[in-house]
Amino acid sequence: MVQKEMNLVRTLGAAAVRIILRMGRMGIFLIKAICCALTPPIKFSLVLKKIQFIGFQSISVIFLTGGFTGMVLGYQGYNTLSRFGSDAFLGPMVGLALIKEMGPVISALMVTGRAGSSVTAEIGIMRISEQIDALELMGLNPYRYLVVPNFWAAVISVPLLTAIFDVVGIFGGYLIGVKLLGVSSGIYFGEMISYVEMQDVFEGIFKSLNFGLLIAWVCCFKGYYTGYYTGFGAEGVSKATTQAVVLSSVLILVWDYFLTSTHFFF
Amino acid sequence: MIRVEDLHKSFDGAKVLRGASFSVGKGEILALIGRSGYGKSVLLKHVAGLMKADQGRVLVDEDEVSQLKGKGLSRLRNRLGFLFQSGALFDSMTVFDNIAFPLREKTNLEERKIREKVQSELEQVGLMGSEEKYPSQISGGMIKRASLARALVQEPEIMLFDEPTTGLDPLTGQTILNLIDSCHRRLGFTGIIVTHEIPRIFEIVDKVAMLHDGVIQFQGTPEEITASEDPIVCAFLTGDMQGVSQG
Repeated sequence: MVQKEMNLVRTLGAAAVRIILRMGRMGIFLIKAICCALTPPIKFSLVLKKIQFIGFQSISVIFLTGGFTGMVLGYQGYNTLSRFGSDAFLGPMVGLALIKEMGPVISALMVTGRAGSSVTAEIGIMRISEQIDALELMGLNPYRYLVVPNFWAAVISVPLLTAIFDVVGIFGGYLIGVKLLGVSSGIYFGEMISYVEMQDVFEGIFKSLNFGLLIAWVCCFKGYYTGYYTGFGAEGVSKATTQAVVLSSVLILVWDYFLTSTHFFF
Repeated sequence: MIRVEDLHKSFDGAKVLRGASFSVGKGEILALIGRSGYGKSVLLKHVAGLMKADQGRVLVDEDEVSQLKGKGLSRLRNRLGFLFQSGALFDSMTVFDNIAFPLREKTNLEERKIREKVQSELEQVGLMGSEEKYPSQISGGMIKRASLARALVQEPEIMLFDEPTTGLDPLTGQTILNLIDSCHRRLGFTGIIVTHEIPRIFEIVDKVAMLHDGVIQFQGTPEEITASEDPIVCAFLTGDMQGVSQG
């Protein structure tokens, strides 16, 4: 009996040590990546290539999700507000919900699914096919070629995509609220201008900057350490990709709650 | 020039190296032979500084590889070329860009000079006409040759080869070995070749070391190993491992 309990304690202890080691490795990875991202040489051509992939190629997805999110908000917002005779506040409701919360969060989740998974898979395949070892053996720092461009691209692209999401979403809400349900166009935009402040816009941008960094961190880390935690081969890459998407998505929501509840931006 | 002293390495409790020691002199080539899965590639990665030993050390000249960091490690790697078993070519680049990559990233050579140097390497390894192809569009032998060209384009002092002929037909394998031999004559590098090409490899190397059960069972010239009466060495060379410890 005592032996069984000892084994249980030992197993739990080993798991705790493993988790702490992994978190430590993730922390060191982030520090190294930020140090490399802030010191020359920066591979600008690679950064541009990654902006094209993470940012530009995500625009269509952001347009679609932003538009439909705004349209749903328009419907639900109108239905709820009209019960209290407050349908004039549809504009501010759609605007604030998109700019402060839904824009940054949904854009980040979309980028994670579309681009983050590819980033992990690409780096993971380079790891298992020894291409990262080849870079190291050439005396080159793999962080500068594989991690830093993704960090810069995500930090630049995610806030811009969020801005597009917000604008398209507001227009989606306008289509439903004004064109379909009959709210006055002047009231929709007039009330929005009255209630949405620049502070709210900055809060949304600040959140999306955080999420951009978070996506790049988790997805690059999972790819870079493919084989260490997930096994080698195609299965290892597949597991790393899944873990990257799940962990990024969960961390985006947790971090969003943290930023919102602590009024971190204010 | 390269000295491996009492190297120990375990993975998840399984001991792979149990005190391996050998040395390679300047300009010499050593063939590292032994059974598959017995740690030859692991040993090679320790020499390149890609792995850290649990115990023991690897010395390149007087520098201890595991102690090198930052610029020291970078200096060592500037002197080093590595031919991976898989080739490890960058799959998003053409053969030409793969070979030009270290020159573009690490030297200030003009693009014209880089093109000349790459063309010359392509000619040396017999890959003229394939420079615009991607690694996925060429054969295993061509990948090995392109990888060799990329490793040699910076004229390294030390070359490490991880099973350069594995997975190739005998003719292509011989071509690769001849290529290594001619490049060695041309550049005079110090080399370690992990290989199963026995006895063909004996024609191009100066020394042979056999890894068995995590230690170097034998080290000597090709003539000495073929004349060896060590039962493990004899069994390995003849392919009859019956009665020999399986590790």
